[in-house]
Amino acid sequence: MVLAITIGALLAIMLLALARALAGPKVYDRILAMNMFGTKTVLLIAVYGIFTDSPSLVDLSIFYALINFIGVIAVLKFIERVEEYDEVVER
Amino acid sequence: MLCMTALVVVYVRHLFSVVMLFGIYSLLSALIFVVLDAADVAFTEAAVGAGVSTVFMLATLVSTGRQEKAPAHSPLLPLAVVTVTGAALIWGTLDMPHFGDPGNPVHVHVADRYIQESPDEIGIPNMVTSVLASYRGYDTMGEVIVIFTALVGVLSLLGVRERRENPVHRTGERHSRPYPVLQVMALLLIPFILVFALYVQFHGDFGPGGGFQAGVIFAAAIILYTLTFGLDDATALLPVKLICMLAAAGVLLYGGTGVVSMLLGGNYLDYDVLAHDPVHGQHYGILVIELGVGITVSTVMIAIFLALVSRAERPR
Amino acid sequence: MIVDIISTALFMIGCLLGLTGAWGLLSFPDFYTRVHAASITDTLCAACFVSGLMLQTGWSLVTVKLLMVLLLLWLTSPASSHALVRAAHHAGLRAMTWSFLGDRS
Repeated sequence: MVLAITIGALLAIMLLALARALAGPKVYDRILAMNMFGTKTVLLIAVYGIFTDSPSLVDLSIFYALINFIGVIAVLKFIERVEEYDEVVER
Repeated sequence: MLCMTALVVVYVRHLFSVVMLFGIYSLLSALIFVVLDAADVAFTEAAVGAGVSTVFMLATLVSTGRQEKAPAHSPLLPLAVVTVTGAALIWGTLDMPHFGDPGNPVHVHVADRYIQESPDEIGIPNMVTSVLASYRGYDTMGEVIVIFTALVGVLSLLGVRERRENPVHRTGERHSRPYPVLQVMALLLIPFILVFALYVQFHGDFGPGGGFQAGVIFAAAIILYTLTFGLDDATALLPVKLICMLAAAGVLLYGGTGVVSMLLGGNYLDYDVLAHDPVHGQHYGILVIELGVGITVSTVMIAIFLALVSRAERPR
Repeated sequence: MIVDIISTALFMIGCLLGLTGAWGLLSFPDFYTRVHAASITDTLCAACFVSGLMLQTGWSLVTVKLLMVLLLLWLTSPASSHALVRAAHHAGLRAMTWSFLGDRS
């Protein structure tokens, strides 16, 4: 019961974040949504792993947290570099 | 959600957004793997799909265009080709046995044998690792060599810019503003990431993990360092020559294990002869070749990343 | 028993916070307000979920791993929000002011 509610809520959050990522007028909105999506994925995997008694999934969620952070930083760095050339704020 | 993301990827023209949606897409598919209880595959999908390939695609985008070109001709012909190919593929699957049918050849012979014999023959709890490193040792070696070939290809096409002699005119300073918060964060995180990579590397016998994943995590630490401190510091830390030598050394370690087992009287990549006890021999063999895989994967990832970034930082 | 109740309560709080943040992310009018909605709820939501899980598992190696997840999220999530806002600011993305409210810039 708790598991169902929790996973349902997390999926709903991910859906909302996905909607923002798909709609997001600026590229920064998409990054923000991607960040949130990644965080909730981490939590979802941890919750799923604990409740299904497969604690090795927690390793996976540690790794996701790392990858998410590095991904966001990489996107920001590259966008910054590109916009210095273009001098255009993306639509 | 997966289909929705894929459709939007097709429609959006701004390529940075496309790359980010790809990241979300591969997170979703990794979630599917988690639900299917394939933790190793989810690990790899997260590492390669969501992490490294996103970063690589971004680095490529910096040196190429950012907007997708509008299609010049009618989409009908490609659509027809794709439809015909897809129909042919589906028609081809009709001959295949039913999905999940317990009478499939793979379930009758191979999988049963792996599942039943693996605890006795290999003696490690994670069956994925034993199949990957021992039963299918040739395949994995092929994969490692493919990765190495990718490194050779990228380096011969792009090349890594050597460190400038005159530090005043470093291009990195002009292009990227320092982020002090991120630098502190990176310094906090990188040791943790490296320890975690080692854990994943040597814990692969017991849980999800192994050389491929650990290599990617190790590379992720270096990529984080490069992103926050700039290319010059990274190449000062890890010279490109050292990276290339290490990549070759990883492949050699893998191949050399096979040669050693041949010299000791077994078949190529047959680890039974590496120790007095076959199970111990399998342990050592898997440990060594996983180390080789890890070294190769991480160094190749780092080298490709450095090559792409140095191309991106080149003044135009 | 009491542990179960506490962890269930923590999960519910976490769900509520996460949904609030996601709703804010979706419905707030401009980028900076969205960051505000998303990043503030994110940390406490993660804290609630992970501490609920830690109560469920009892004391073992998994608890330590969960603690690492929590610390990692606490470190990385504000840092990436910071970097995001900073990059957006440097790129010249203007914050919404009262005069913009009428035409939703």
